[in-house]
Amino acid sequence: MPIKLNVNNIAATVDVPPDTPLLWVLRDVLNLKGAKYGCGIGLCGACTVLVGGHAVRSCMTKVGAVGSQPITTIEGLSPDGLHPVQVAWETLDVPQCGYCQAGQIMSATALLAQTPHPTDADIDAAMSGNLCRCGTYTRIRQAIHEAAEAGAPARIK
Amino acid sequence: MRINRRSFLQLTALAGGGLALGLYRSPLAAAQGPGTPPDLTPQAFIHIAPSGVVTIMARASESGQGMRNMLPMLIAEELDVDWKDVRVEQAELNEKIYGRQFSGGSQNTPAGWEPMRRVGAAGRQLLITAASQTWSLPAEECTTRSGRVLHSASGRSAGYGELATKAAALPAPALSSVKLKDPKDYHIIGHSQPGVDTHTIVTGKPLFGIDVDVPGMLYAAIEKAPVFAGKVKSANVDKIKTLPGVRHVLVIDGGITPAAFTPWEPGMEPGIAIVADTWWQAQQARKQLKVDWDLGPAATQSTEGFRKRAEELLNAAPANSLRKYGDVDATLKSSAKVVEATYEYPFIAHVTLEPQGATAHWKDGKLEMWSTSTLPGNGLTLVAKTLGIQESDITTHMVRSGGSFGRRLQNDYLVEAAWIAKQIDAPVKLLWSREDDIAHDPFRPGGTFGFKGGLDSQGKITAWRQHFATYGDEKNATSGGGIGQDNYPAGFPPAYALYTSKQPLMLRTGALRAPGDNAYCWVSQSFLDEMAHAAGRDPLEFQLELLSNKQAPWSSGEHDPVGDHEPSGQAVLIPERFKGVLELVAEKSGWAKRSKEPGRGMGIAAWFCHLGYFAEVADVSVDAQNKVTVHRVWAAGDVGSQIINPAAAESMAQGGIMEGMGHLAQEITLADGKIEQSNFHNHPLMRMRQVPKIEVYWRKTDYAPTGLGEPTLPPILPAVTNAIFAATGTRIRTLPLKQSGFSWA
Repeated sequence: MPIKLNVNNIAATVDVPPDTPLLWVLRDVLNLKGAKYGCGIGLCGACTVLVGGHAVRSCMTKVGAVGSQPITTIEGLSPDGLHPVQVAWETLDVPQCGYCQAGQIMSATALLAQTPHPTDADIDAAMSGNLCRCGTYTRIRQAIHEAAEAGAPARIK
Repeated sequence: MRINRRSFLQLTALAGGGLALGLYRSPLAAAQGPGTPPDLTPQAFIHIAPSGVVTIMARASESGQGMRNMLPMLIAEELDVDWKDVRVEQAELNEKIYGRQFSGGSQNTPAGWEPMRRVGAAGRQLLITAASQTWSLPAEECTTRSGRVLHSASGRSAGYGELATKAAALPAPALSSVKLKDPKDYHIIGHSQPGVDTHTIVTGKPLFGIDVDVPGMLYAAIEKAPVFAGKVKSANVDKIKTLPGVRHVLVIDGGITPAAFTPWEPGMEPGIAIVADTWWQAQQARKQLKVDWDLGPAATQSTEGFRKRAEELLNAAPANSLRKYGDVDATLKSSAKVVEATYEYPFIAHVTLEPQGATAHWKDGKLEMWSTSTLPGNGLTLVAKTLGIQESDITTHMVRSGGSFGRRLQNDYLVEAAWIAKQIDAPVKLLWSREDDIAHDPFRPGGTFGFKGGLDSQGKITAWRQHFATYGDEKNATSGGGIGQDNYPAGFPPAYALYTSKQPLMLRTGALRAPGDNAYCWVSQSFLDEMAHAAGRDPLEFQLELLSNKQAPWSSGEHDPVGDHEPSGQAVLIPERFKGVLELVAEKSGWAKRSKEPGRGMGIAAWFCHLGYFAEVADVSVDAQNKVTVHRVWAAGDVGSQIINPAAAESMAQGGIMEGMGHLAQEITLADGKIEQSNFHNHPLMRMRQVPKIEVYWRKTDYAPTGLGEPTLPPILPAVTNAIFAATGTRIRTLPLKQSGFSWA
């Protein structure tokens, strides 16, 4: 049975089994390649997207369980990269290989929406589910502080 | 793979020679149609459009080392254009035009530094010649600035775009003849330039191997035996073919015969490939597979068996003597004190965050492939050989990957994708799951070292004996498990012996970032620290003294008889540089005035590898439950006269340190030939809350710039474990940490 989704403020209908992970619907049905596959069991955070404003692991989220909650992927933050978190990431040239960074950015966005001026301890708590194999954590932390200074939007649609 | 001084020179010559091969017309220029002036193409690397936009081809693969920036920056600097006017485009695989397209061994900086700058300077010279001919003015009177040729006496100037057509028709100058800039005039080199792909990454646009999309593409997953090279006896193939979305089920016979030594790229591993409309369907179908495996001889292997055999080897007379001078046994006997210790480290996996995979399209007898390999030329050769086709019938697109760390030097996943594509006559994307990626990694091999060190009554080193139990057959050490004759501290102790013995290993191994060095640094810098403490001396002062008294010449230039140990063999350690980074890190960390309190300590270590020198100090605390926190790390590096892209260099050093910390807690173990780890819960990476403050300092020396991918990593392992000793009095001699009773906080 077709499933209705709201992805980046666009209505989409997908015809997949409801237990299909949201990640593979986004990537291979809706062709939104930003969220990445890294572990498949919620250990690495590369697949992080926002569902109803909360950071979730899309590899573990069944598409049938999303319902009417809005989904925001990295493509929906700002296609031009003008969201303060994206700007901070670009200014500090955070990525090395870059594979984890969409997930990092989405987790950071969710953190800043809840806690506009996070402490290092807040960052530790919110970001420790996102692995960076290249070890760019120092820059990620800096970029979150920088985005907080610039004023990331308090609410993500 | 062996890279020695001779092949490095060939590499340089090829890079230069490739430029003289004549015109290369970019597809973009061709697409503009007849009548449009061609882009400036005196060489393969530089294309200047009439509009003045400069496109520079990045020849090396990119998996996060910053090669798409670094090499084009060298060209742009000498071409004398502004970086903001440069577009970087990934070259396809064509080593006849671009020279060696290889990202590994921290080689791109030393191999690219001179030729890439000369490419840029040759381009600049052509543009000057074009201007001087147009203006009928002497070329010597022309200068350049920001993409323009200038003649100050006449006030004439022309943009590179205006001169491009004319310059393209001129013969390219010999690269050796062109004049290079004075480094004080650099405006790109030495100035941080953000990653050329960063915007694409932060906006989530398709970029990586996993993002490749070919119309009509199917998706493949491969089920392999739980034991290396185990073969398919029978399977419920017919049932799997009926499952939703499944289009093809293919049995891969493979081409590996397990033996005591498993060569680099040993052939396809056997398995069952499931090709479906989506990858998720292929994965779901996998769960229904019922396979009867012939597990083969590798099923007898276990970590316990390896450990037992290593112990036997170390207790017996060594099989090979790699390096020996002085009478080490007699000297040990007559020494005032003898320190003895055995160090053991495990196999570990690469775990690139993007699992292995590739896309391939077979059509009308030709193959197109999208490769994330860092050694794509080898991939091309292997695919041609495996499929029985000509290399000239294959096109290789080089796609950015989500990390390599040495993993993508091997091309197994590419061969699999190409093989499947040919069987099904359609485009296909192969993706390994994380579990596949760990179980079928070419692991960093484990190893065991038995040490004996002698001290005289003044606490000076008299002798150093090390016996390395590694893996392989009589002739060859397994990849990543060979050791160089000049491996530090060879040459420094008055009497020295390096012995090796090997046991069989029916498992694929490979190069993991700083191969060999990522383990040998830990064992020898730990044992050196142990000796310093046994002598009642400061570890820094103890090592500086050792480095000040060279006792024997290097034996480099000779082949490493144990096997294919990578670049350490190609250049000798320069004691002044080694001491220099130790002194700098000691100064920055306040080593001399470090506080000594229970449960908290600092450790120091240094290493030379891949032509670079790094010393690192870790400040560590250990709580009552033996949970370890690294608070701060200071790193001092010497990679020559110039840091090419400073912000990226700092990030690379911080990343190497984080990876090295990660190694301390990782292990791959085997039982009945099966790998016991499967995902990040039992093969962990460092997480945000465990990250120390990391300060990176550069010691600039008059040597040509060298690479940063690898040498930043090794010293952090012993720096941390030496700090744990300082904090607790417990010496870590077995990794991972949990085997010694410690874990990360």
